[in-house]
Amino acid sequence: MAGPRNISVSEASRPVLPRHAKLKYDETRQVWVILAPERVLAPDEIAVEVLQLCDGKRSVGEVSDQLAAKYAAPREAILADVIVMLQDLADKGFLTEVREKTP
Amino acid sequence: MSDVLPTIPLDTSDSLAVLEKSRSTAETFGIPLAVLLEITHRCPLQCPYCSNPVELDRSGKELSTEEWKKVLSELAEIGVLQVHFSGGEPTARKDLVELVKHASDVGLYTNLITSAVLLTRERLGDLADAGLCHVQISFQGIEEGLADRVAGYKGGHRKKLEVAKWTRELDLPLTVNAVMHRQNLHQLPEIIQMSVDLDADRLEVANVQYYGWALKNRAALMPTVAQLEQCTRTVEEARERLKGTLAIDYVVPDYYALRPKKCMGGWGRQFFNISPAGKVLPCHAAESITGLDFESVRSNSIAWIWRNSEAFNRYRGTGWMKEPCKTCEFREIDFGGCRCQAFALTGDAANTDPACALSPLHETIFKQAEREAEGETNRFLYRNFAGGTLEDENGA
Repeated sequence: MAGPRNISVSEASRPVLPRHAKLKYDETRQVWVILAPERVLAPDEIAVEVLQLCDGKRSVGEVSDQLAAKYAAPREAILADVIVMLQDLADKGFLTEVREKTP
Repeated sequence: MSDVLPTIPLDTSDSLAVLEKSRSTAETFGIPLAVLLEITHRCPLQCPYCSNPVELDRSGKELSTEEWKKVLSELAEIGVLQVHFSGGEPTARKDLVELVKHASDVGLYTNLITSAVLLTRERLGDLADAGLCHVQISFQGIEEGLADRVAGYKGGHRKKLEVAKWTRELDLPLTVNAVMHRQNLHQLPEIIQMSVDLDADRLEVANVQYYGWALKNRAALMPTVAQLEQCTRTVEEARERLKGTLAIDYVVPDYYALRPKKCMGGWGRQFFNISPAGKVLPCHAAESITGLDFESVRSNSIAWIWRNSEAFNRYRGTGWMKEPCKTCEFREIDFGGCRCQAFALTGDAANTDPACALSPLHETIFKQAEREAEGETNRFLYRNFAGGTLEDENGA
């Protein structure tokens, strides 16, 4: 089994899209989409940028660091927004996370 | 920022998965986001409510592997994002893994809509490796006795449970599709629990829609009003209780509604499917409307057929409407309901769907459904290539 399904996003989480949720640029309509079972989600620019950084290796904190540096914006505000956005995706069942292996 | 991920929601107006869009989006998008591919009509099951046409395509008429691959490439190229491999039973095609692989290679998101009874664990693994994104398995009931009788296939229910388990072991998301009618509605609470136990993400509670095979079996399938009210309460309660665990889509039989369903999101607006023989259809039941000529992927490009073919344009928009649809304030909301149902019940696809309370035939149809629901006929006419086989008297 891959990652768990019901997750609570925090600064330490290492989220990644599960295999059944695919981020894709739709050339025909010139928009980013997330393809999911029987659904097409339409993420905005910020969500797309966040999701491109969510590779299961970076933590939410590290993602926020990068975005804060890139946009010269306050890290805490960005972190809060990123967590809300990712939690929304997680609640819809379209986000998983990589957890440290417990012995 | 919680609204940065608006979902383009499902149209649950039919048991098929249709990606519904708001009107403005539909106008922008043009080509549908998702397309249903009925790659074969062959199926080991014989469900009496099968959504396939009564006139089934025999295997000799099916598109070849190369033709389906060409179709998949063409769909990706014109902007389709998702395909549903359906049937008949799609796993009856030996080349399914190859087709799923090709769909993934050209960037399509792939769903498998299956009865599951022909799958082995190895083949399901091969499908997952080929890039399959989502599995939907149909269930006919909660226990073998009833479920296998409805499907006309011994051992089917047990096999479905096994395949559902493999699906989750392979980490594929699972949708349980439960087609509901008078003879299994009492099992709905247990079907919901079964879906949770199987670790499904979604459950489709799809009441039978009465065209084709289901229309022939209406007297054996039509629920009573009381059953349907209980069904709705059960779904509402479960939705609340299982929020975050199991999403439930719900389709009611439109005979008991006052307003018709916006069938297929409107004819030729958001949906098409491709039949085993390669016909491009505005709806999976469209071939039941006689006098319409449907074009094949063999004779024209799919984009051309979608935009220009006579069959797609015949009932597009509102220009074709007669009264009471023509001047109705809801005409752009439900587009007069379902053309196939209008044809089947009134003989003219341009009439108002009798499911609508404004149809002059609504009252008659509703009363007839009520009478049939109270009737004693439980015998099925099983779906097959021979035009149907009546169930043994002692079976029902």
